[in-house]
Amino acid sequence: MSANQPKRCVQVLNEALHEIFASRGDVYLFGEDILDPYGGAFKVTQGLSDGYPDRVFTTPISEASLFGVAAGMALRGQRPILEIMFGDFIALGLDQVVNGISKFREMYDDQVTVPLVVRTPMGGRRGYGPTHSQSLEKLLLGIPNICVVAASECHDLGALLTHAVEDDGPVFFIENKLMYGRMNRRPEDGHIGELAVRESGGPYPALTFSGTDFTEAFATIVTYGGMVPIVLEAVTELILEHEIFCEVVALSQLSPMELDAVYESVGRTGALVTAEEGTLTGGFGAEIAARVQAAAWSDLRAPVQRVAARDGIIPSARSLEDAMLPSVDDVVAAVSALEGVRS
Amino acid sequence: MTALAAFYERMFFIRRFEESLLDLFSLGKLVGTTHTYIGQEANAVGVIEHLDPDRDVVFSNHRCHGHYLAFMDDAFGLLCEVMGKAPGVCGGKGGSQHLCKGNFYSNGVLGSIVPVATGIALAEKKKGTGAVSTVFLGDGTLGEGVTYESLNIASLWQLPVLFVVENNYYAQSTPVELGLAGSIAARGAAFGVETAELDTTDVDMIHEAAGRAISRIRETSAPYFLVLNTYRFSPHSKSDDQRDPAEIEERRTRDPLLVAGARLADDERSAIEARCEERLAETVEAAEAAPAAAPRVAA
Repeated sequence: MSANQPKRCVQVLNEALHEIFASRGDVYLFGEDILDPYGGAFKVTQGLSDGYPDRVFTTPISEASLFGVAAGMALRGQRPILEIMFGDFIALGLDQVVNGISKFREMYDDQVTVPLVVRTPMGGRRGYGPTHSQSLEKLLLGIPNICVVAASECHDLGALLTHAVEDDGPVFFIENKLMYGRMNRRPEDGHIGELAVRESGGPYPALTFSGTDFTEAFATIVTYGGMVPIVLEAVTELILEHEIFCEVVALSQLSPMELDAVYESVGRTGALVTAEEGTLTGGFGAEIAARVQAAAWSDLRAPVQRVAARDGIIPSARSLEDAMLPSVDDVVAAVSALEGVRS
Repeated sequence: MTALAAFYERMFFIRRFEESLLDLFSLGKLVGTTHTYIGQEANAVGVIEHLDPDRDVVFSNHRCHGHYLAFMDDAFGLLCEVMGKAPGVCGGKGGSQHLCKGNFYSNGVLGSIVPVATGIALAEKKKGTGAVSTVFLGDGTLGEGVTYESLNIASLWQLPVLFVVENNYYAQSTPVELGLAGSIAARGAAFGVETAELDTTDVDMIHEAAGRAISRIRETSAPYFLVLNTYRFSPHSKSDDQRDPAEIEERRTRDPLLVAGARLADDERSAIEARCEERLAETVEAAEAAPAAAPRVAA
């Protein structure tokens, strides 16, 4: 047993929050049902209200207002963290995001900053149905002047969250419901499992996985968040059953989009698949495809393939939900479609 | 100078500033939009007299020029901002409805500002500054649900927010009876917020009522809901006015400038007005001479 025993993601996030609260007096937490002993619907905030009762506010069910309350706190020099219980509910606060939080600094000519963090879990596969299962982060991707960070089980979750709180601008910190219960798998000796891993710099790094030690490979798959373990499973299946080697780029910074890791990988592989759990149209993959074709056209030997949820609702019945959301098979099929183009 | 004379000077300057804006628009020297405060000046002046610009915070709305001038006394910065000039308070990025300087903020979406002012009050309470966060809203804003969420939170957490509802009886072109059910004052009371309602254009009475409200907030750190029934003589924006002219004329008999001006000696009033005209002319001249806001050159 190593000294750094792996922990579940929910525990890593919780410990990071405790450290942030212990080290900074200007951090506040707002959210519904976050008081102990309940400690939040997904338990990420457990123990904070007991430890810091003056800085932890359990709130009315008023998301629209709470985004604004957090903005007001941030305008006056505090660092609020707002937990939105289900990511679907960010829709209630979007006016504040679009017309206030994202605008204040620039429209007030840099006289203010808005250092706030909105933490929220996205994602399906738990049978919660159409309004509690979505991955809505794509709604945020086109909004100037906010940062959208997606945590995955392979990222340094504590560092990501700490950077988000220390960021002088507004950060959406997207968690994932299934991620909470999984182990936070960090690289050991440059590897996670059988795959070699490189981590880019910056506060919100990208992880690049390779089964060929970053020599040639067949394709790059770019993804984030809750799709990371699904894509890694697909990559393993492609190696074992089809002898196809792919690189995977797991982004944590979704917006503003910085794709250096993707361009580098595509330079080695010559083909790209995007994989997201949100609906297909106007999404993460669409933006990446547009940027990669412009920046790396000469590297590409095939059209970019996108894997995403179908453009529809996420049904409650698990059998229907499974048919709606992108799966390991969908990722394998998209990579195989690249092969079809080449042959 | 008496308090009333000082109030009159501020109100008169706001009035003439706004009239000048409309003139500049018709001369084609302004573009975009503006929402003038003509007729409502006694509210800004009477309330803001009690606020300390170094400590207290004001969050205003699309109709913000009167509040800004009363709180910041910065006509040049405001005029440049509205005219798209580089020395504007926000470098020309905000324009008429999106102002920020010191402890003053405004934003252009109705309702949006109310929770932000509530969060500001929480921050100031936690910092122990003793600041009052004053938010100006209108009857139209009472259609926005986020206003009620914020009233609830301000009361629940006992936050030092002064909600000032300036009911001018029209949401753009829509009369209040087509937009609002029930009582305005009862909306504050329903959340357990101490409430007062005034039906006057007398700056002294507004000043006195606002003084009581702000003293209560400073004593208790609890919110207060102040309803000021008022009227704007000018259109919602520039030329969008369908109201019965007879109604406007009747209201003009209660013009806050007439009400306050009648209590001043003629020579004192004339001297104040002349001073304001001179200051305004200098401000307009300086703003016209100022350079236009220039886009930042990409690095």
